[in-house]
Amino acid sequence: MNVDLRILRYDPERDPAPHWETYGVTVNPMDRVLDLLIKVKADEDGSLSFRRSCGHGICGSDAMLINGRNRLACRIRVDQLGRKISVAPLPGLPVVKDLIVEMSGFFGKYRSVKPYLINDQPEPERERRQSQADRARFDDTTKCILCAACTASCPSFWARPEYVGPAAIVQAHRFIFDSRDEGAAERLEILADEDGVWRCRTIFNCVDACPRGINVTRAILEVSSAIVGRRG
Amino acid sequence: MDYPFDAIVVGAGGAGLWAALELAREGVNTAVLTKLYPTRSHTGTAQGGVCAALGNLEEDHWEWHMFDTVKGGDYLVDQDAAEVLAHEAIETVIELEHMGLPFNRTPDGKIDQRKFGGHTRNYGEAPVRRACFAADRTGHMILQTLYQQCIKHGVKFFDEFQVVDLLFEGGEPAVGGRAAGVVAHRLADGQLHTFRAKTVLLATGGFGRMFRITSNAHSLTGDGVAMCYRHGIPIEDMEFFQFHPTGIVGIGILLSEAARGEGGTLLNDLGERFMERYAPNLMELAPRDMVSRAMYQEIRAGRGIGGKDYLYLDVRHLGRKVIEEKLPDITDFARIYQGVEPLTEPVPVQPTAHYAMGGIPTNVQSEVVWDQKGTVVPGLFAAGECACVSVHGANRLGTNSLVDLLVFGRRAGRRMARYAGTVERPLPIADAVEPVRAGLEAIRGRVPAGESTSVIRAELQAVMMDKVGVYRDGNLLTAALAKVKELEGRYQRLSIADRGTVFNTELLEANELGYLLDLAHVTVAAALARTESRGAHSREDYPERDDANWLKHSLAYQGEDGPILRYKQVSITRFEPKPRTY
Repeated sequence: MNVDLRILRYDPERDPAPHWETYGVTVNPMDRVLDLLIKVKADEDGSLSFRRSCGHGICGSDAMLINGRNRLACRIRVDQLGRKISVAPLPGLPVVKDLIVEMSGFFGKYRSVKPYLINDQPEPERERRQSQADRARFDDTTKCILCAACTASCPSFWARPEYVGPAAIVQAHRFIFDSRDEGAAERLEILADEDGVWRCRTIFNCVDACPRGINVTRAILEVSSAIVGRRG
Repeated sequence: MDYPFDAIVVGAGGAGLWAALELAREGVNTAVLTKLYPTRSHTGTAQGGVCAALGNLEEDHWEWHMFDTVKGGDYLVDQDAAEVLAHEAIETVIELEHMGLPFNRTPDGKIDQRKFGGHTRNYGEAPVRRACFAADRTGHMILQTLYQQCIKHGVKFFDEFQVVDLLFEGGEPAVGGRAAGVVAHRLADGQLHTFRAKTVLLATGGFGRMFRITSNAHSLTGDGVAMCYRHGIPIEDMEFFQFHPTGIVGIGILLSEAARGEGGTLLNDLGERFMERYAPNLMELAPRDMVSRAMYQEIRAGRGIGGKDYLYLDVRHLGRKVIEEKLPDITDFARIYQGVEPLTEPVPVQPTAHYAMGGIPTNVQSEVVWDQKGTVVPGLFAAGECACVSVHGANRLGTNSLVDLLVFGRRAGRRMARYAGTVERPLPIADAVEPVRAGLEAIRGRVPAGESTSVIRAELQAVMMDKVGVYRDGNLLTAALAKVKELEGRYQRLSIADRGTVFNTELLEANELGYLLDLAHVTVAAALARTESRGAHSREDYPERDDANWLKHSLAYQGEDGPILRYKQVSITRFEPKPRTY
C-alpha cells in the first residue's frame, strides 16, 4: 500500500524554521513507522535524522509525535495509523535536528530524584530477602525505559518546563515503594517541591503515551499520597 | 578539544557500566563515552535471565555451570576463563541484588531461578533451574541498576560521543605501544575530540548488523573490534556466530529462550515436537546451535509451516498466569510485530543472527592480548560481547552473555584501577585526530556522488545471511568472499547527501559500514579456512568435529589483501573434549 508520510524537518545549519515535507512511501501494513523513516533515509534523503537503536521498544531512543500522539516509532504499525501519517519531534523539548530533541534536561530531572537504591545497612552475605508481594508492589514502574514520551505529552510540563515531570516521578516511585530502600524520605522531600508532584493535573496523557503500559498517573498519585501521609 | 582522564570506558552497556562503577569506587578519574545514551545500550534487550549456581530451588554447583559452558561451546572454550565465569557468577549476581536489582522472588523471598538451554544438573543429566531473572526484562533491569549505581557514584558520562579511533603511545601495539586514549566524534556538533588516558576499556558490543535478519540493535556495528583490527590487534574466532532459534519471522526480533525454559515447545507443520529426533534428552532446551540446525533440517525436509521457512513456538499450554507474569514482553512482541496472540495461537519463528562468540582477544583479567603467546597491550582492556576471553568457544549458552559482561566488566574495572595507579598519563599526541578527520571528510566531501550506504549495507547483509549463516560450505563461502571484496571496492566510492555537522547520522552510518565490511571479511575468511564443524560453525562439506587439526582458536590479523590467519591453543584444565550429545 502507499502512504503519505509527512515529516517535520529542521536542519539548524540550513533552515530558518521547521517545515513539513511529504514523502510517498510504498509499505507493508505491518511495517512500523521506524521502517518508513529508514526507507526515506535510504531512498529519498540521506540527511533525515532520527535516533534509533534496538528497534523493538526496549531502548527508548525513538519516541516522537506520530499522528498527534507520543509513540515509539518502532512500536507503531502502519495499519494502526492509516494512509496519512505525520511525524514530528517530541513536543516540549528543544529540537536539535529533524526528529532529534535535546534530552539533557530530561535526564537531569531523572538524576534529581536520586534514582538509585539507598540502603546503608551492612550487606548480607547472600541476597536480601523480599517477599513476592513486596516485589510486586513496584513492578509496574520498573518497566520504565526513559524514552520521555510521558513527560513530553504532559501539558503541565509544556506550561512549566521546570516541572520534574512524570518520568522522573515514575523512577522515584520505583525506589520509594521498594521494601529494600531507605531513601523514601529524601525523595519525597524533593518531590514535595513546588515543581514536584503537585504540578500533575491528572490529565492522563502520560498513561496514553507510555509504550510500556505503565499506569503513570497512578504512580504519581501514590507518590503524592505518600507525601501527604508523611506530613500527617 | 583534549580531555585528560585517567581511565576511559568506551560503551555504556553492562560491561562498560560495571567497569566504570569499579573505577569510580576506587576514585579513578574516569569518563564513559557512548554513541547512545547509556540506557539505550543493547544489554537492555536481554530477556530471559542470568545464570549463577545459587541453588535457590534445587541443588546446583558452579562446577556444573562450568561444565555446561565448556560442553555448550563444543570444547573450544578456554577452561581457565570458564572457571572464573561460573565461579564469580554467584557473587556478581548477589552484588546486583545488593545494588537493588528487582529479581523475581521465590515464595521464601530468595532470587527466583528458571531453566535455560544447555544448563544442566550433574554434568548433563537434565535441565536445572539456574537462570536468575526479572520477568523477561532481566537485561533491562541490569542496565538500569548499573546506570543508577554509576549516577550514585558520580561517574562522568559523555553521551552521544562516538569513538572513531584508538590512540597509542610508543608505537602501535605490535611494537609494544601502550593505550593512550581515544578520538571521539561528538554527534551534536560533529567535532572531533581527544580523550587522553592511562587505560582504555572497549565495551562496544557485537556486530550482528552484518546479517539481514538479526536480533541486534541498529547500533551494533562492531566499532571497537574493527578499530582494534585496524591497529594490528587480531580478532579471535570470528567464524563462530550464533543464530538464535526463535526470532520473529522476517525481522529477527528475539523471543526469549525463557519461553522454552518455562515449558514452551517447538512444532513443525505436522504438529510434531521435532526436537525429539535431535536432542532426546534436553529437547527444546538443547543449545542454540543444535536447535537452529534442527529447524533448518525440518524446513529443508518440507516440514516448515505450510512448507515455508519457519516453524512454531507454542506456549499456549503454559496458561495465562505464567505467560503474563514471566513472559510479558515477548508476548507483547508477538502481538505487536506479528499480530499473533500467544495465549491462543502458536507463534511463527525462524533463526536470527544473535551473538558473536568471537572478538578482541583478552585474558581472564580482561586485558587485550595481541599474539599467540598472550602478550598484553599495556593499558588496553576489552569486555562483553566485543571481547573473546573465550568463555563461549564455538557456541554460547543462553544467559552466559550477561554472565560474561558482568564478571569480566567487573574484573576489567578492578584491574584498570590498579594499573592506573602504576603509570603516568600519556602526553598529548600531535595531530591525533587527523587520520580519522581525513577519513570522515573523504566520505562527506566525495564527488561525484556514488552509491549510498544503504545499498552496499543491504547487499552485505544479504550475502552474509544467505551464504554465511547456520549452514555453510566451501562453495558458498568462496562466493561470499568474492562478494565482500567487491563491496569493499564499491565502499571506497560511497557518498552521502548530508554535508552538515549537526547529528550527521548518515556520515556515521557510512563509517560504521566500513567496520561491518572489515568484520564480515574476517568472518568469511576464518569460516572458509576452518574445515570442520564445531558449535555454530557448521560446514556441510566437513560435517564432523576434527579435534586433531582444529581444536584451536583462530586469530585474524589485518594484511594487505585481507586477513592473515594464525591459530592459538585452547586452555583445557578440567574437561577433556568428548562427543557432544544432549
